[in-house]
Amino acid sequence: MATIEARAAPISAPPAAPARAPRPRRRPPHLGTGLGLGLAVTYLSLIVLLPLAAVVWRGTRGGDFWRAVSTPDSWAALKLTVGGSLLVAAINIVMGTVIAWVLVRDRFPGKAVVDVLIDLPFALPTIVAGLVLLALYGTASPLHLNLAYTQAGVIVALLFVTLPFVVRTVQPVLLELDRDMEEAAHSLGAGGWLTFRRIILPNLLPAMLSGGGLAFTRAIAEYGSTVLISGNIKFRTEVAAVNIFGRIENDEITSAAAVSTALLVVAFVVLAGLDLVRRWGARRGD
Amino acid sequence: MVTRYSLRVLALGYLLFLLVLPVGLIAWRTFARGLAPVLTALTSPSAVHAFEVTLSVASWAVVANTIFGIGAAILLVRHRFPGKRILGALIDLPLAVSPVVVGLALILVYGRFAPAGGWLERHGLQVIFSLPGMVLATVFVSLPLVVRAIVPVLEELGEEQEQAAHTLGATGWQTFRRITIPGIRWALAYGVVLCLARALGEYGAVAVVSGRLVGQTQTLTLFVEERFQNFDQPAAFAAATALALMAVVTLLLTKFLRPKD
Repeated sequence: MATIEARAAPISAPPAAPARAPRPRRRPPHLGTGLGLGLAVTYLSLIVLLPLAAVVWRGTRGGDFWRAVSTPDSWAALKLTVGGSLLVAAINIVMGTVIAWVLVRDRFPGKAVVDVLIDLPFALPTIVAGLVLLALYGTASPLHLNLAYTQAGVIVALLFVTLPFVVRTVQPVLLELDRDMEEAAHSLGAGGWLTFRRIILPNLLPAMLSGGGLAFTRAIAEYGSTVLISGNIKFRTEVAAVNIFGRIENDEITSAAAVSTALLVVAFVVLAGLDLVRRWGARRGD
Repeated sequence: MVTRYSLRVLALGYLLFLLVLPVGLIAWRTFARGLAPVLTALTSPSAVHAFEVTLSVASWAVVANTIFGIGAAILLVRHRFPGKRILGALIDLPLAVSPVVVGLALILVYGRFAPAGGWLERHGLQVIFSLPGMVLATVFVSLPLVVRAIVPVLEELGEEQEQAAHTLGATGWQTFRRITIPGIRWALAYGVVLCLARALGEYGAVAVVSGRLVGQTQTLTLFVEERFQNFDQPAAFAAATALALMAVVTLLLTKFLRPKD
């Protein structure tokens, strides 16, 4: 689905040409530019910026932020969300790289179908993802593997919805990777593992981290897929988004806004880190 | 050789248990008793209504994001202004926000007790717990998709043709309609499909702002959850399979439309 999210460089990324390059002749300021910019900013403000600012304002006003975030249920939910998402990002970094590797370097019948399937979690509505996992890993599990209402169930749901990120960031890098270096390492007597660790891994690392970061931000925000399989048990399987939802339903808007603010802060910190990783990767690529 | 096979088995096994078996199982359970009960479940008045609400919300959201997406992409690629990077980052912002937070954010501004929402309601427009709020929520979560699909193609296309048209006396609108739009049409179609899929499948943000009023603001995804919680598994599975089929169709469409790199 949103392969474009993972694959194409986001529009906020630095442009390909370094800023130091001589700028093209400055055009006279254009009336259309100002008008279009005004419209775009107004639209963004009405739909995105003002509402998000209202959340942060409501959540941090009057010093209620820490009290709301440190209530036992919200704190437990935030801990599960951040810890679980870290685990999910780590599993994704390993398994996503393995899958990307197999898709690029291996050859087997049906590979094209597998390649298309990778994007299915992005296309599938999250509530359907949750229902689908509950069918296989729920109380009536044909595998006799009941993960319903457990933290493991939450992790599986998060793994499902974040599957494409690392695969889709690592895959293009692996495709572009120059194989001469590997062959040189081989001919100098390096084994498969040594070649991977010293030659391939350093080249893949920026993409792996970047995909893992995207998976993390997606995982901490996730709501729909965890609703059914987690059972939303406070202190055990309730993730932050579910905690916020419960507070909204109980009309505890201020504390809902405080927990939301905490979630937004974590997401922004990770996104800023991702931007650094991307620049690091771009520098290494030169 | 051994590494190669074990990696293949590991990757395919992971995908099998995480992806293929669960999705396959739900399809199998849905159609286990044939097509008739599925059709009955999907043609019940509440299911049909939920489908209509979903379609209406999704089409408004796609129209809004398509117009904004074309405009913002042209602005970002063809125009120079200070703060361009910030605008790009702001357009990307919705992807990092939890759907539930999106819903809360809209309630805080457009809810009945908020200044803006109160003013709108006094003028006859109820936003939260009704369709406008659901459209806003859907627009929010799918905001960057069309922009991001168009920007790279527009960059690649370059300005020469547009400038040539301009030199030959074409007006801005003529250039846009005859040169720019045909140049980006596949990317635009790709973005619209992505946006539509996201809009049809949105759950969290819509769950918050719709108030989940059965028979009024219930979308198809909300219908799935509500039927499942009320132990009506056949209806939940049937609607989930319908949504999954739509997802597969969009998936194939995006593969077909994806700009070849």
